[in-house]
Amino acid sequence: MSALRILVPIKRVIDYAVKPRVNKAQTGVETAGVKHSMNPFDELSVEESVRIRDKKRAPGGVEDICVISAGPPKAQDVLRTAMAMGADRAIHVDVKEGEDLEPLAVAKLLRRAVEEEKSNLVILGKQSIDDDANQTGQMLAGLLGWAQATQASKVEFGEGDFVSVTKEVDGGVETVRARLPMVVTTDLRLNEPRYASLPNIMKAKKKPMSKKTLADFGVTAERRLKVLKVTEPAPRQGGGKVEDVGGLVSKLKELGAI
Amino acid sequence: MLCTARRIVPQQLRGRLTQATTSPVAFFSPAALRRLASTLAILEQREGKLNNGSLSAISAAKKIGGPIHGFIAGNSIKAVAEEAATADGLEKIVAVDNAAYEKGLPENFAPLLVENIKKGGYTHVIVGHTAFGKNLLPRVAALLDSQQISDITSIESENTFVRPIYAGNAVATVESSDPIKFITIRGTAFAPAELGKGSAPVEDGVDPKAEAIAEWVSEDLAKSDRPDLATAGRVVAGGRGLKSKDEFDQIMQPLADTLGAAIGASRAAVDSGYADNSLQVGQTGKVVAPQLYMAVGISGAIQHLAGMKDSKVIAAINKDPDAPIFQVADVGLVGDLFEKVPELTEQLKK
Repeated sequence: MSALRILVPIKRVIDYAVKPRVNKAQTGVETAGVKHSMNPFDELSVEESVRIRDKKRAPGGVEDICVISAGPPKAQDVLRTAMAMGADRAIHVDVKEGEDLEPLAVAKLLRRAVEEEKSNLVILGKQSIDDDANQTGQMLAGLLGWAQATQASKVEFGEGDFVSVTKEVDGGVETVRARLPMVVTTDLRLNEPRYASLPNIMKAKKKPMSKKTLADFGVTAERRLKVLKVTEPAPRQGGGKVEDVGGLVSKLKELGAI
Repeated sequence: MLCTARRIVPQQLRGRLTQATTSPVAFFSPAALRRLASTLAILEQREGKLNNGSLSAISAAKKIGGPIHGFIAGNSIKAVAEEAATADGLEKIVAVDNAAYEKGLPENFAPLLVENIKKGGYTHVIVGHTAFGKNLLPRVAALLDSQQISDITSIESENTFVRPIYAGNAVATVESSDPIKFITIRGTAFAPAELGKGSAPVEDGVDPKAEAIAEWVSEDLAKSDRPDLATAGRVVAGGRGLKSKDEFDQIMQPLADTLGAAIGASRAAVDSGYADNSLQVGQTGKVVAPQLYMAVGISGAIQHLAGMKDSKVIAAINKDPDAPIFQVADVGLVGDLFEKVPELTEQLKK
């Protein structure tokens, strides 16, 4: 049984509790001065990796947990958070502010990172809550020719490098099994991420973070999709309140809903 | 695309005729024409049953123009391929009959699609933004070096698409420069193509018989007589306000039965164990757009609104008059749901 070398890609996004505002020029969403944090699905990936080690779930043990993020210098904050949660080390790939990579470019970057770090398990969030694409993990698995298990709610390790993953699918769950190496993407049901304790935050400052550029991974920030405009969704007007159940029924009838 | 072709050809003719050097044959040859759109619509089937929601891929393909081929693969799929072939707007069905594809494992289904896309020379490949489509299509797109466009709600032209981002808090219009556009569509934004209107031929697709490096082990699907949540005309959804699984069932089921509605739930209700995961409506769950969405004991967090705010009529019952759900609801009732919902169920029965 091979020891696990886990790569955990993470992304810095606008905090999930913040309501994003479209900028005046309609080119994107206002990010300046807005609270950012780790993509919630990526917190689950970090947590799962750390739990696999802490609970000794993999017969071959966990040799390394490396987190990686491609983003502006502030992405280092989320990498530190991940290390405070228990990751061993981090790679920051510097990307200029406003030069966001598309999932395909990220997948290409990660393919090279996997080769360099000799990873045999990549755990990603199922989607980032800004772009909502839900693509990177699947693209990476395709480029590597590895097995993939998306929207995982349970990951179990067996003998012979087998990994069984229970996935959230439409209408219920499905279990698939594959041999390492593989790519897993996380669903919300997978675990409950821990809060980093202050001592761990202090320790994380001493953990190694290597700094790289896109060129180190042979990728560029070229875009295949040109954003023509970003607009606010059509606003919905509340129709007011009714006094009682009778009023509710007659209003629904009036609206033709029943 | 036929109509566009008609528009383009005269333009090209005019252009070419002024340069008298081009032979008349050249501008009728396919190479002289811009590559015309043709679309592969991937249809889902399980155990010989067509997922009717996946017929939305055909409706979306119609908006692009050009010929549309349906694609279907799995175990003994002759009957379901014939059924799909009656969908309105299809030119043909490409079918691959092989039990290895029955469960839609992307490890072998993706190479299967790659071969069939290459053979068919398609410019667009469309599948629903369902668990199947989300799992499969990005892998195919990466294998063909294309940047997929996910969960689109509208098609502006053959290379321009509209999709919600930030949990539906913003809407992006994007233009793709990839030669093959890989697209997942939001099912509620495109009505399924009607069956029984066409009679497209069914042809065998190519089968590369790629090795399956993953295996399907088991599934546990919630069984229900109710309409499917994603496509139901009416949805009643419960939130944290229901307090327990028993109360969720006791309150929501009679209401759903009376309305003939599907049951949904907020993430809070799912996380608290009141309802099954598969019932979750929201950014990370299902996106629904029924005629009537009735939110019971749901405050209306942005995560939840992302999954239901395109519903035709939204009704809300909540004891908190300041709950954000009331800002989007067409009709709201402030009150204790344990009192109001049974009363509503009774009145609706009359």
